[in-house]
Amino acid sequence: MKKLILLYFFGVFSLSLSAQDSATESALTQKHVPSVKLVDMKGKAVNTADLTVDGPVIISFWATWCAPCKKELNTIHELYEDWVAETGVTLVAIAIDDEKTKSQVPVYVNGKAWDYKVLMDPNWDFKRAMGVNNVPHTFLVDKNGNIVYSHNNYAPGDEEKLYQELLKLSEK
Amino acid sequence: MKNASKLLLTLLLSPAVFSQGNISGNMETVFQYLNEDSIINAKQPIQKGLLNSYMNVFYTQGNFKAGMRFESYLPRIQGYPNRFDGTGIGMRYVGYQNNFVDVTLGSFYEQFGTGLALRTYEDRNLGYDNLLDGVRIVLRPAKGLVLKGVYGTQRLSFQQGQVVHSEGLVRGTDAEWHLNEGIGLLKDKKLDVVLGASFVSKFQVDDNPEWILPQNVAAYGGRLKLTYGNFYADAEYIQKEQDPSSDNQYIYNYGHAAIFNLRYTQKGLGILLSGKSVDNMSYRSDRTKDLQDALINFLPSLNKTHTYNLVATLYPYATQPLGEVAYQADILYTFKKGTQLGGKYGTTVGFNYSTTYRPKQTLDGIDLNDSSRVVYFTSPFSMSDSLYWQDINVNITKKFNKQWSGILSYYDIQINNDMVKVSDAQGIIRARIAVLEGTYKINTHNALRWELQGMWVEKNPAGINDKGNWATVLLEYTISPGWFFSVMNQYNYGNADVSKRVNYPIVTCGYIKDATRLTVSYGRQRAGLFCVGGVCRPVPANNGLMINLTHSF
Repeated sequence: MKKLILLYFFGVFSLSLSAQDSATESALTQKHVPSVKLVDMKGKAVNTADLTVDGPVIISFWATWCAPCKKELNTIHELYEDWVAETGVTLVAIAIDDEKTKSQVPVYVNGKAWDYKVLMDPNWDFKRAMGVNNVPHTFLVDKNGNIVYSHNNYAPGDEEKLYQELLKLSEK
Repeated sequence: MKNASKLLLTLLLSPAVFSQGNISGNMETVFQYLNEDSIINAKQPIQKGLLNSYMNVFYTQGNFKAGMRFESYLPRIQGYPNRFDGTGIGMRYVGYQNNFVDVTLGSFYEQFGTGLALRTYEDRNLGYDNLLDGVRIVLRPAKGLVLKGVYGTQRLSFQQGQVVHSEGLVRGTDAEWHLNEGIGLLKDKKLDVVLGASFVSKFQVDDNPEWILPQNVAAYGGRLKLTYGNFYADAEYIQKEQDPSSDNQYIYNYGHAAIFNLRYTQKGLGILLSGKSVDNMSYRSDRTKDLQDALINFLPSLNKTHTYNLVATLYPYATQPLGEVAYQADILYTFKKGTQLGGKYGTTVGFNYSTTYRPKQTLDGIDLNDSSRVVYFTSPFSMSDSLYWQDINVNITKKFNKQWSGILSYYDIQINNDMVKVSDAQGIIRARIAVLEGTYKINTHNALRWELQGMWVEKNPAGINDKGNWATVLLEYTISPGWFFSVMNQYNYGNADVSKRVNYPIVTCGYIKDATRLTVSYGRQRAGLFCVGGVCRPVPANNGLMINLTHSF
C-alpha cells in the first residue's frame, strides 16, 4: 500500500513537472484564440476557437474605413493563391465596421474579389478578446490555435515578414 | 482506494491544470506635453503634461472567464470627456460559457440587431463607454437560435477612479433565429433567412414637478435578413413608447427608427442601397442627459466613413436623433486584369452617394391645445425638402507596376450647419475636396507614400465660406516591419480672416515590434471632430509633444 502511494507520488510528481513545464511555456509565450461567437456575411454562426480546424490561419482585423488595412489585404490578395498552395493557410478577415458601415463590407469584399473568409465583429467582442488596440492588427495562428506571430501596423513589405513566419510554421 | 488515488492525482495535477488558463489583453498609454499657442488658440493646461492609460486583462480557463480594465487619467488628455479623473477599475466581470449557456456578471457590452433598440460599446479613442453593469444571459437552445437577456445600469462617467452609473435601470431581451441552421429542410436551400425581435425597457423615477412622466419606457421591434444567391436584403424596425426627455422638450410622441439595406454582389462588383428613417429616437437611461451620455441605443449615420484628414474631421455628419430620413448608394467595381481599363493589375472604381433630409412633420389630427403633448404627426420615410447632408464621392485605385500605385478621390459635401453645428457658420456649407495619393515602393522593405489634399469651400449668398479653403501635404517613409516617419502640413490658406491663415505642421515617427507600437509626434494639431462610426468628439487645437504606446499580450 505504502509502496503504491509512493509510486503514485513519484509518477504524479514527474508527470506534473513535465506538464507544468509545457503548460508554463504555453501560458507565457503562447496565446490561444479565444472562443467568441461571430457571424459571417450571410449570418451563419462561427465560433472563433474553431477557425484552425483546417490548418494554419491568418487573422486580420480590418475595416472599410481603414486605408492601411485595405492596402494590406489587397497586397496579400495578389499572393494568396500561392500562399494557400504552399502552406494550406486560410485568411480570416475580421471586419470591425459597426452598423454605420457594416453593410458596405460585402460590397468591398466582393468588389475587390477577395477569396478570404470574412467575419463580422460590429460590437468589437472578438477585437476586445484578442487584445487589439487599433487596426490593422494581423495574427498568425498555428493549427492548434496558438498565436505564433502578430503585428500591429501595415507598411509595404510587412507581408514578406508574415510569409516568412508562415513558412516557418509549415516547416514544423 | 481507486477513487482516493484518482482524487490525489487530480489534486496534485491541479497546479499544472490551473496554469493552462489563457491570459490576454492590451494596454495603451498616451502622454501629451502642450505649449501655449495663441495663433491657433491652443491653451497650455496648468499641469503642462497630461496622461491617459488603460489596460485590459482577460482570463479564460476552460468555460470560466473573467476580465477587468484599469483606467487612469492624470489628468485626462485634451478632448476627452472633461469629468474623467483618477485611477481605478473601469470595467470588470466574471462569467461562464459553454455551447448552451453564456452568463456574465459585472460589466458587459451587448448589441441587439443593428443596435436601434440597444447597443452598449466602448471606443477608447473617443472616451466613449456606455457599458451595462449587471447580468447578461445568452442561451443557444437549438442550432441557429440565440436568446439574450440583459439587466443592469449604465456607465455614465469615471470620477476619482470610480465608475459613476446613470440613474436609470435598463432591461432587455432579444431573440434571433437563423432558419437555415435550425430547420433541416432548409439546410442547403438557396434562400437564407434570419429572423429577430427585441424588447428593451428602461426605468427611471419620476421626480419632475411639472409633468407626470412615464417611469418605464419600452422600445421594441423586429428584423429580417434574406439572402438569395447574390442578392441580399435586411430590415429592422423599432418603435419607442412615450419618452419625454430634455432631448425632445418633454413631448409625449412615440418614436421610431427603421433601417433597410438591399445589396447585389458578385466577384468584382458590389452594389448597396440603404435607407433609414428616424423620429424622436433618442433613448437614454437618464432623461435629463444629452450629447453622448447614457445612450441605450445606437443610431448609425448612413454615409461613408472617410479617412483623409480634411474630409474626415472638418465636416463630418452624425445622426440627428430627433429625426431624419436618409438614403445611401455605394458601388464598387474592379476592372479585370488584362483588360484595357484594368491594365496589368486591375483597376478599382468606387462611387458613394448619401443624402439626409429633415422628416416631414404635420399637424394632421393633432390638437396642440389638448393635454396629450403629442405635438406633431409624422410617418416613416416621409421627408421634407430641408437638406441636412449630402455627399457624392468617387475614387479610383490603380497599381501601375511593382513600384507605383495611386488613389485619386473627389468629394462634394453639403452639410446643414444650422442642424449639425460643426462650426460657427450658418446655413449650408458646401465643400469640394480632391485627394491624390501615391505610393512608391523603393524595394522590399522601403516605401514612400504621399498625399496631396485640397478643400474648396463655396461662398454662400452672404459671401461667407466658414473657414475657407485648405490644403494638406503628407509625406511618409516606411521601413518594414519596424519603422515609419511622416511629415504633414495643413494650411488654411483661404481663411477670410488673414490672421487665421495658419500652417499646422506635425512630425511623427513610430517604431513597431510585433504587437507593440510606439509613436512620437510633435507639432500643431488643428481643432476638429474626431469621429469613429458616426460618433464624434470635438478635439481642441493643440501644440506640443505626444507620445503613444500600445501593446497587446
